[in-house]
Amino acid sequence: MTRINLFHFAAPARFHALAGRLVPWFGSAAVVLAALGLYVGFFVAPSDAQQGEAYRIIYVHVPAAWMSMFVYLVMAVWAGVGLVFNARLASVMALALAPTGALMTFLALWTGALWGQPTWGTWWVWDARLTSELVLLFLYIGFMALHGAIDDPRRADRAAGLLALVGVVNLPIIYFSVQWWNTLHQGASVTLNKAPSMATPMLLGMLLMSLAAWAYCIAMGLARARVLLLERERHTEWARAALHPSAEAA
Amino acid sequence: MNHVVEFLAMDGHGLYVWGSLGMCAAVLVAEMALLRLRRRLLERAMQDEIDDGVGVSAPDPSRLHGGRA
Repeated sequence: MTRINLFHFAAPARFHALAGRLVPWFGSAAVVLAALGLYVGFFVAPSDAQQGEAYRIIYVHVPAAWMSMFVYLVMAVWAGVGLVFNARLASVMALALAPTGALMTFLALWTGALWGQPTWGTWWVWDARLTSELVLLFLYIGFMALHGAIDDPRRADRAAGLLALVGVVNLPIIYFSVQWWNTLHQGASVTLNKAPSMATPMLLGMLLMSLAAWAYCIAMGLARARVLLLERERHTEWARAALHPSAEAA
Repeated sequence: MNHVVEFLAMDGHGLYVWGSLGMCAAVLVAEMALLRLRRRLLERAMQDEIDDGVGVSAPDPSRLHGGRA
């Protein structure tokens, strides 16, 4: 019986090499999926009966909003693994995902404002969904700021990791806010337990764009984790070899 | 030609739709550019250290985790 040892890839040098091979695949997948998604969303899908063409913001808004929450969840899981098992690589993964998650949250808020103005008549309201999403942005920023404020990276990993774990309580609040409170934001159009309430090409375009966002976040997370590892391990042989293959040969 | 103008106008919501897509594109491009810059700066810093004769350290616990994130 062959046993796959996951810890094999927890060694920084091996992870760096493996991630280096994966990034171009996920990056290419993101480009192809986004091109397909935009084509379906803007040229195949019909205009919305109520909102006309303005609804097409959905193709960037929903993927960004989904990823803003999902990246946080993944970040918190890595942070938790880093805390419990004292695993350096897991903490690096958490830190690598934070900026991408923060950008996804920003994009969800930005595109939401540009969608809210023509459909609700306002850029922003302090309702449950919008406010909890704004809190998510602050959680990401707090995580990065706390990490940056502590000089010793391992202590910073632990402190920021704890903050990431505490912040998880915000995720169900965001997700269920449209059910728990009376909000301006509409309820979910796509859920796992019932048929989606939208036209098929619209749904297809949205799912393609969501897959593109997934691939992008994975590619970005891995790429940033590689740079973080090189920064932390810059005084080791493997990091120098990775950055300057020619210098090692000389 | 009219089709293009009509498409870009998005029945009067062009500013909102293209403002959303444009910001997404700008943010993603900026994120990738910043990460690339960060790696290049690291390469340059390490090249300087090598030129200055800063040696490779043995896996010493205090250095192993060194370097800011």
